[in-house]
Amino acid sequence: MVVGKEPIRDDEKAADLLFGALADPTRRDIFRRAQRGRLSVSALAREYPISLAAVQKHVAVLERAELVSKQRVGRESIVRAETGALKRAHAALNRLEILWRGRVGRMEQIIEADKGDS
Amino acid sequence: MPVTDVNKDLDALTMKITAEFDAGAERVWEMWSDPRLLERWWGPPNYPATFVEHDLSPGARVAYFMTSPEGQKYHGWWQINEVEPPNRLRFEDGFADEEGKPNEEMPGPSSAVVTIAEADGVTTMSIESKFASREGMEEMLEMGMEQGMTEALGQIDGLLAGQRA
Repeated sequence: MVVGKEPIRDDEKAADLLFGALADPTRRDIFRRAQRGRLSVSALAREYPISLAAVQKHVAVLERAELVSKQRVGRESIVRAETGALKRAHAALNRLEILWRGRVGRMEQIIEADKGDS
Repeated sequence: MPVTDVNKDLDALTMKITAEFDAGAERVWEMWSDPRLLERWWGPPNYPATFVEHDLSPGARVAYFMTSPEGQKYHGWWQINEVEPPNRLRFEDGFADEEGKPNEEMPGPSSAVVTIAEADGVTTMSIESKFASREGMEEMLEMGMEQGMTEALGQIDGLLAGQRA
């Protein structure tokens, strides 16, 4: 399956969501915990000095960035890191994209800055 | 931002990024061939890279390390496969231990093909980055997570600066 030729705008939006989701230390911590195993939202809420609603908001941000998925099991909301093969490939390729966008951006800066010097 | 296209192939595990620069091909090639320039863009601002060996000829190895904000060093290597200045470079890259040997405990190698072409004073560079295997990709996601995230976050400054440029 080729997911090429999608508009750059969508890629940038995905990168924005990913950056936004990982820019917060509580969300990074939730994401790390979710990678180690399934978690209930209520159990998560006991780990942080913030309200259940605030934890739910953090989880929703991680969900939008496709870093975790949430599933209802009985009365509990269970959070887990996205592990589907395609999601994994997507996540890995997105990481390569972020890495290389950063590198290309820095190359551009060097080329433009050095022009000014000469 | 100079990026004009990003293309991902989920089956082949490749990501191809294309960018245009208002400079000649030779200048863009220097970004790769001059280790002092390479050091200014390879690592994110908070993980600067230092290249200790740098020989772009087929069969040669390049050795570098990146230094974390806490001062920890992450060693990496390139194995050069093809070199055609100033138009093409193909290499494998991976993590290394302190002696520069491939580190089995870190994510497996990936490969990169760089193509550089100049037309009417504008140079188009594309980089196709590919995971050597699905296992390597999985290792990167699982074991390289901590550093990967830090690295990704370190890019924000670069991205914003790039947009302003």
